[in-house]
Amino acid sequence: MLNSFGLLGMFLIIAILVTAAFVLIPIALRLVGLGARRNPNTDKYTIYECGMVSVGKTHIQFNFRYYFFAVLFVAFDVLAIFLFPWALWMGNAGVFELGAAVLLVVIVLIGYLYAWKKGVMQWK
Amino acid sequence: MNSWILDNFWAHFAVFTIVILAFVIIGVMAFIYVERRGFGPFQLRRGPNRAGPFGILQPIADAIKVLLKEDVVPDRADKVLHTLGPVIVFLPVLLIFAVIPFHGQIGGLIANLNVGIVYVAAISSLGVVGVFMAGWGSENKYSLIAAMRVVGAMISYEIPLVLSLVAVVLATGSLSMNGIATGHPLPMILLMPLGFLIFLAASMAEINRGPFDLLEADSELVAGFHIEYSGMKFAMFYLAEYGHALAMSAVAATVFMKGWVGPWDAYLGWFWFILKTLMIFVLLVWLRVTFPRMRIDQMMSFAWKFLLPMALINLLVVGIQVVAFGGDIPWWMMFINFGLAGVLILGWSKFFRPGGARVEYQV
Repeated sequence: MLNSFGLLGMFLIIAILVTAAFVLIPIALRLVGLGARRNPNTDKYTIYECGMVSVGKTHIQFNFRYYFFAVLFVAFDVLAIFLFPWALWMGNAGVFELGAAVLLVVIVLIGYLYAWKKGVMQWK
Repeated sequence: MNSWILDNFWAHFAVFTIVILAFVIIGVMAFIYVERRGFGPFQLRRGPNRAGPFGILQPIADAIKVLLKEDVVPDRADKVLHTLGPVIVFLPVLLIFAVIPFHGQIGGLIANLNVGIVYVAAISSLGVVGVFMAGWGSENKYSLIAAMRVVGAMISYEIPLVLSLVAVVLATGSLSMNGIATGHPLPMILLMPLGFLIFLAASMAEINRGPFDLLEADSELVAGFHIEYSGMKFAMFYLAEYGHALAMSAVAATVFMKGWVGPWDAYLGWFWFILKTLMIFVLLVWLRVTFPRMRIDQMMSFAWKFLLPMALINLLVVGIQVVAFGGDIPWWMMFINFGLAGVLILGWSKFFRPGGARVEYQV
C-alpha cells in the first residue's frame, strides 16, 4: 500500500517537471533563436477590455452570489466523504445500516430544504 | 506483458510513466482532431482539411504555431500567479491517469490504489485552483468574473458527481478502479442509467465543456479566464481542457462501462478501454454541439435543484436494491432501473424547470 503511494509521489514529481518543461519550451526556443522575437509595445502589455482604456481597479469587493452555495457545498461534501466507507461495507449489511445512512442524509437535507425555502438558490 | 518490467520497481515506474505521458499527449491531439473534424458535419461545414490528408496534421500544425508565438504578460498582472496558473491546471490531468486501469489485472499503470475512485474524485477538482489563479492573476475584469463563476460551478457540480460515484461503489463493493470495473457482471451504465446521466452532466460541468462552458462564455466574457494568455501558456489551457475531457471519458469508461473488460481481454483489454473512452468522448462532442449554452443562474439551479436530489434518490434506490438482494443486484433489475430513471427525470422536470428561473435586475 505504501509502495503505491510512493510511486504516486514520484509520478507527481515527474508530472510537475514535465508540466514546467512545457511552459519553458518557448523560452528555450527563443534562446536558440527559433522562437518569436520580443517586440515590446505599451499597448500590447495593457489589459484587454474591448479596446477601451481600463477603468478602475480589478480586485474590488463585489457580491458574487456564491457564498451560500459554498456553505451548502461544505455540508454535502462532508456527507459524501462519510458515505464512501458506508457504501463499501453495504454489501454485507442490512436494513439497519441503510436506515442509519438515510437518517444522516435526512439531517443534512433539512438544512438543504431550509436553504431552498429561503430562496438561497434563486438569483434575485 | 513482460514480467521483467512488472517485477523490477524502477523499470515498472519508468516504462509506465512514459506510456502515460505519450498516451496523454497523443490522446489530446487525437481528441482535438476528432472534435474539430466532428464539428464540421454537425455545423454544415468542412472542418480542418488542409494540413495533411483529411487535415490529420492540424493538431501538429497548431502545436508548432503556439510554440513559436510570443508570450505576452500584461504589466499589471501578477507574474507569479499568471505563470503558475497553466501549470496547476494541467497537473491534475496527468495525475488522474496514474490509477486508471488500461489493461488486465495489473490495475492502474503507476499504482494499483485501493482507494482509486476517491483519489480520482479528489484530484480531478484540483484544476479549479489553477483556473482561479489564472483568472485572478490576469487583473482582467472578465477573467475575474469567469474565475468566480468556475469556482461556483465547480463546487456545485462536485456534489452530484461524487454522489453518483458513491452509488457505483455501493453496487460493486469496491473502491479501487479495477475492482469497480470487474465488480459486477453488468456494466453500471445498464444497471443504473440515472447515475450515469448524473455523472455525465456533472463531469461535463466539471471539465467546463458543452452547454456548461460558462467560464469562457465568448458572447459575454470575451474568452473567460484565459483572455490575457498567449503562446504556450494558452496552449496549456487548451491541452488541459482536452486532457481533462480525456481523463473524465476514461474514468466514465472504467467506472460505468467496465473499462478493459471485453471479449479476449487478455490480449485486447487496452483496445476495449480506448474504444469505450472514445465512445464517451464522441457523446461529449455530440452533446456540446446539440445544446445551447446555459445561463449561469440556470446552471447553478440545475445543479442544486435537479442533479442533487436526483443523485440522492439514485443512491437510495441502489441502496435499497443492495439490501434487498444481499449485495448482488441481479441483472433483470436493469429494466426496473431504466423505467425508474425515465419516470424520475420526466417527473422532476415537470416539478422543476431550470429554464423557469428569472433574473431580476436592480435599477
